[in-house]
Amino acid sequence: MRTTHNTTSTSYALWLGFAIVLVLAPWVFTSNLSLTMLSQMGIAIIACLSYNLLLGQGGMLSFGHAVYTGLGSYLTIHALNAVGKGELPIPVVLLPLVGGVAGLAFAVLLGFVTTRKSGTAFSMITLGLAELVFAMSLMFSEFFGGEAGVSGNRVVGQGLWGITFGPQRQVYYLIAVYTFVSVGLLYAFTQTPLGRILNAVRDNPERVEFIGYNTQQVRYRAFIIAGFFAGIAGGLGALNFEIVTAEVVGTGRSGAYLLFTFLGGATFFFGPILGGILMVLAFVLLSEITKAWLLYLGLVFLFMVIYAPGGLAGLIMANVRVAKAGALRQLLPIYAGMALTCLLMLAGAGALVEMIYHQQLNSSIGAQLPFAGMVLDTQDSATWFVCLAMAALGFVGFEWLRQRFVPLWAQVQTDISHQLQRDAS
Amino acid sequence: MEFFLISMLNGLSYGLLLFMLSSGLTLIFSMMGVLNFAHASFYMLGAYVAYTLAGVIGFWPALILAPILTGAAGALFESQVLRKVHKHGHVSELLVTFGLSYIVLELVQLLWGRVAVEFNPPAVLQGPVFTLINHAEQGLYLVSGAGGTVCSAIDSAVRVICTPFPATRAFIMATALAMVISLWWVLTRTRAGLVIQAALTHPETVETLGHNVPRIFMLVFAMGTGLAALAGVIGGFTFITEPAMAATVGSVVFVVVVVGGMGSLSGAFLASLLIGIIQTFAVAIDYSFLQLLEDAGLASTVYMQNNSFAKLTVSQVAPILPYLFLVLILIFRPRGLLGKRET
Amino acid sequence: MTRPISLRLHGVHKQFGNTAIIRGLDLEVFSGERVAIIGPNGAGKSTMFNLISGRFAPSSGEIYLNGQRIDGRKPFEINRLGLSRSFQITNIFPKLSVFENLRCAVLWSLGHRYSFWSFLGNLKDANDLAQEWMTRIHLNAKRDVLATNLTYAEQRALEIGITMAGGANVVLLDEPTAGMSNSETERFIELIKDVTQGKTLLTVEHDMGVVFGLADKIAVLVYGEIIAYDTPDKIRANPRVQEAYLGSMEEQGH
Repeated sequence: MRTTHNTTSTSYALWLGFAIVLVLAPWVFTSNLSLTMLSQMGIAIIACLSYNLLLGQGGMLSFGHAVYTGLGSYLTIHALNAVGKGELPIPVVLLPLVGGVAGLAFAVLLGFVTTRKSGTAFSMITLGLAELVFAMSLMFSEFFGGEAGVSGNRVVGQGLWGITFGPQRQVYYLIAVYTFVSVGLLYAFTQTPLGRILNAVRDNPERVEFIGYNTQQVRYRAFIIAGFFAGIAGGLGALNFEIVTAEVVGTGRSGAYLLFTFLGGATFFFGPILGGILMVLAFVLLSEITKAWLLYLGLVFLFMVIYAPGGLAGLIMANVRVAKAGALRQLLPIYAGMALTCLLMLAGAGALVEMIYHQQLNSSIGAQLPFAGMVLDTQDSATWFVCLAMAALGFVGFEWLRQRFVPLWAQVQTDISHQLQRDAS
Repeated sequence: MEFFLISMLNGLSYGLLLFMLSSGLTLIFSMMGVLNFAHASFYMLGAYVAYTLAGVIGFWPALILAPILTGAAGALFESQVLRKVHKHGHVSELLVTFGLSYIVLELVQLLWGRVAVEFNPPAVLQGPVFTLINHAEQGLYLVSGAGGTVCSAIDSAVRVICTPFPATRAFIMATALAMVISLWWVLTRTRAGLVIQAALTHPETVETLGHNVPRIFMLVFAMGTGLAALAGVIGGFTFITEPAMAATVGSVVFVVVVVGGMGSLSGAFLASLLIGIIQTFAVAIDYSFLQLLEDAGLASTVYMQNNSFAKLTVSQVAPILPYLFLVLILIFRPRGLLGKRET
Repeated sequence: MTRPISLRLHGVHKQFGNTAIIRGLDLEVFSGERVAIIGPNGAGKSTMFNLISGRFAPSSGEIYLNGQRIDGRKPFEINRLGLSRSFQITNIFPKLSVFENLRCAVLWSLGHRYSFWSFLGNLKDANDLAQEWMTRIHLNAKRDVLATNLTYAEQRALEIGITMAGGANVVLLDEPTAGMSNSETERFIELIKDVTQGKTLLTVEHDMGVVFGLADKIAVLVYGEIIAYDTPDKIRANPRVQEAYLGSMEEQGH
């Protein structure tokens, strides 16, 4: 059938494109910082995709995913040290698999208790276990390394063809290979019986029992597979940073996985890929620009949960659909308006926040604050007033436009479905 | 002996504080099916708001006003944000409250800084409310206020052990008990309370009877968060007021709610006291498994002596005890101690 | 030769808290029989189905499926033993397509279990069976439509499809024609007759026309007890039934 043929060749093209991007990225973004970020992005992509196996595909909201990535990291770094001492004859290339096995093992152990319940209770259990593991990390310093964590050296064992993993570039390509294979396997999972039944469990767990499936077993097995890939991400992280500290199993890390997977989009397969990229950009770049980045993140997150629960991927796909139907032009003006008012609001609110922080932390160095190329005087009440006005105006304008947008969007959707029905008949 | 008594009282006061928090959470959960992830954030807000207000209008007015203001903020959140995602299901509600917890934490750090603030109890609550004195000659007796000269006298012939019980702790107990009684009275003796009880299990029916269920939801949310804020005010000046206070108390409260049984007030009460008391005792016990062996007269191997498990004292294990309870309850009695409701 | 008994209920009681909903059910359904369960609202018909299919466990009493005890077992265990049910409120997988819905329904019975090492596209048996059922319930044209976008009647048809596709021999249909117009009901009954050929069928119904046209036997459930269980003609003539049901039967014009 023509449609299937198109889909297959499109998907081959997508995978090929993905591989090419992975290979060529360091040639395009050549700075050291870029290389570090690219490496971290690969790891984050695997972690977020594994998280979305639970959230987007299984409807399981976990607050403790970092337990599995973190424990994967710890076991990998211990294995790395063992390789360094000659006790473990495993090539460094295969060490992330050690992390994967660790993640899998802990998921088998802890997942049994965790998946006994579903819904809110499930989430609470994951939170409790995450706190348990983090609290334990401060107790058992032999395994967790105490305050200093556990360090390792990835330039060990026998290099193969001159590859020692000393330079960051080599580590990046190792990560890239694992990322490509993991993404491929995780995508393949969505096309298997277990993957599909997992979706059914997400949509209607009660009905699934009545077609012969034990929903707890379904969720448990998915949990184990997610744990495996989480462990791989953790193992790669251990190799990348050569140090593992207790924060890798912390609730902050778990929260970040949740936040960014959701922001990227939990309802599409590629959403968490976007999420992983955003996560690294936020942690590395955004945190340098402003101290209040977590506040902005929280606000964006809240906004998305209410108005765009499909995340960035959902927004993109919805607009692609609109564009394919030729209706995007109608929306461009209002999009432009919303972008402008949003920018205004951001400028005003951002300035306010920075001024408050400045007064709190740096008041000793004077009242002047550099912001977006200008210098603001935090002593001048006029500055405060102007910023407040900008933020308020931007907010009011944005909300006004958004309320105009909702019926417009609905109209576009109705037009599209009418058009589809006409085409079908 | 006095160690036991005072620790018991301390444990009870901590447990009652936990109950102030978990009761609000349980009410909101039973009522609306929403597990308010940001509940501890309102605890924190209450403390900070009271700290600021106390500097302006004095301590006692602040004690009353801060929970009201925070409860109003909760009501605002419920009506403007939470209500909008109600139709998307429980996952969205959890996510929204999760996002709120981030935002509140960052706002608090923005407005009050990242270091603890000095939120002190008022003069009348400073110092001990009574002191247990274990006198080698006069036995065990109680003295109101501080021990006085008996405790500070250095007489090596007579052994005197003075254990004070802080007034702030007593205040927690008094407030919590007052809260429990008022809550019970409101829920069982007033019309509003009966409506709330009914809406707890049959919201649609209550709505068809003409009651404004969304308004009831908002009121219950405000009540729950207001209670959390009250606990925050008291906890703030008793323990510490800092940005991390939400995280430390938040996770324990969730454990309490799950261990007690989601949706059960009496279960939350039982679990709060249990965890409060056990936690308080555990932190004070500097005993390890290794020491147990040695005291029992059993020989311990060199391996044992170097094993970090065996060397762990109870006080070192104390932080994980609540979570251990959680896991055990979930294995052996998943519906919680007194839970009736399955999610 | 005695016909085998597919489903047997013996002294089944169920109470929720202090309220007794089911006060002692005794029922024997022979293999291949079509039994309609009728009764006033609140009589406990849905509860009875919930007890048989494993959604709740009975407070006391036994339920036997093909001679095996199933009371107290989990729904998926009972389903694997050959009993399937549909729901009064449509209970499908809204975000999956019609085809995917049916494919999910056949996966376990075909033995694919929790496989994550085979691709759905390559499972010829599952795909063929799902296709077959899609044709049987006349939803071929809506193959890739998301279930949530179907019309109400189409969703009910899908509901039946999911129930039957797993190959269960004992089928419980809970008010299958609920909410349908007369013409839709007529067509739907034909569909039910077609797909349940040779199966043991229990169906809860309010529409007397459907009941008398479809059923071999009728069980009348009132206040948690079966007050009569007989062929349609004998039920019509039963004075107890007339007393409990007189008004509704006359309204239906029978």
